[in-house]
Amino acid sequence: MISFHQVNKHYGNFHVLKDINLHINQGEVVVIIGPSGSGKSTLVRCINRLETITSGELIVDNVKVNDKNTDINKLRRNIGMVFQHFNLYPHKTVLQNITLAPIKVLGISEKEAKETAMYYLEKVGIPDKANAYPSELSGGQQQRVAIARGLAMNPKIMLFDEPTSALDPETIGEVLDVMKKLTKEGMTMVVVTHEMGFAREVADRIVFMDQGRILEEAPPEEFFANPREERARLFLSRILNH
Amino acid sequence: MLDFSIIVDYWDMYMQGFGHTVKASLLALLGSLLIGIVIAVFRIAPVRPLNWFGAAYVEFIRNIPLILVVFVFFFGFPALGVRLDSFTAGTLGLTVYTAAFIAEVIRAGILSVPKGQMEAARSSGLTYLQTMRYIILPQAIKIVIPPLGNQFINLVKNSSILGVIAGLDLMYFGDLISSETFVTFDVYIFVAMFYLVLTVPLSLGVGFLERRLARSR
Repeated sequence: MISFHQVNKHYGNFHVLKDINLHINQGEVVVIIGPSGSGKSTLVRCINRLETITSGELIVDNVKVNDKNTDINKLRRNIGMVFQHFNLYPHKTVLQNITLAPIKVLGISEKEAKETAMYYLEKVGIPDKANAYPSELSGGQQQRVAIARGLAMNPKIMLFDEPTSALDPETIGEVLDVMKKLTKEGMTMVVVTHEMGFAREVADRIVFMDQGRILEEAPPEEFFANPREERARLFLSRILNH
Repeated sequence: MLDFSIIVDYWDMYMQGFGHTVKASLLALLGSLLIGIVIAVFRIAPVRPLNWFGAAYVEFIRNIPLILVVFVFFFGFPALGVRLDSFTAGTLGLTVYTAAFIAEVIRAGILSVPKGQMEAARSSGLTYLQTMRYIILPQAIKIVIPPLGNQFINLVKNSSILGVIAGLDLMYFGDLISSETFVTFDVYIFVAMFYLVLTVPLSLGVGFLERRLARSR
């Protein structure tokens, strides 16, 4: 579903991604962890071309992401994205946030889009907020709306870029619960997170990154019990021991 | 004491001038807002030639006097075989001139919308133009309503440029009435009052809109 072949990315002189090789299958849940500045977010943002790669090849849903002839808007329809800071449209209601892309991009009717939106709002547990504005919601609610917004496009892949990092501790659980539900339904997911409990519970595979490189890839049981790399061991001991 | 009989005697002329000033202002307001938005998007769009065009428009137009822009339409166009009446030439000049300032205001507004808005919209598959139209511009314009209001007030006052090329506006009739009556001071005070009738409500309206939008956010 997603394949990185020898992908490199530079920001000027800064080498953000180094020789990335990563293959993610359909229905797989991959959690990317690592210290900040290790390139996790950049890696995820390359998948829908919010960032362009400098060299190598990246294929998503059988399409070369960085090919000149690729219709990026068409590819993006199939990839939902959830951001750290939600990025809901503040001038639109929850319902309008969710229905905009289905109406304008997929061309479905407003009535159908609203029904779909309500279906996903039920799913994330806040159908009563359909007519509220984002500023009237808590962080956890806003992030659940953002997830519903992504799902309403019926994507093949969902990307999560630190979805709980901007939330207060009490609302993190409600967002993770929604994400867990998604993993059970077979959604292909790539998640950047610091929530180790979540990673251990739902990931099919953990990818550990440091300084722009993938240092280790392993199933969660194996990775958390017995990380091969020294750097991964250090990272885990720092975040798990307090 | 002002001689109010002048207003009564020359009411028709004042009204005709007032009507043209209102008409020129409204047309120029709509036109300059439209052109301004287009130029602002040109300056920001990820297409180099458009950036250059937008920058050239703004730097060229806003750095020459309004009266020259109007003269281009009034005296320059006939040389190219396009005859414009004085009202049309004046209104066009005013529109093109004001658009350069509005473009800068709108551009500042666009830049103040958080980057995540563009990213969220683009990653849902919306095109650049759809994102501008549905997500970025509505938020940008809200942010720049106060400076935009200033531009509109300036525009109404600048419409007096029509008087110079006999554009049948308030200023033009003011000149006419004063040369007929020789009561220069009073005549122009009344002209000023008519301008205030337009600009003060505009100013208050902008303030009202600003407060209302502040609440809705």
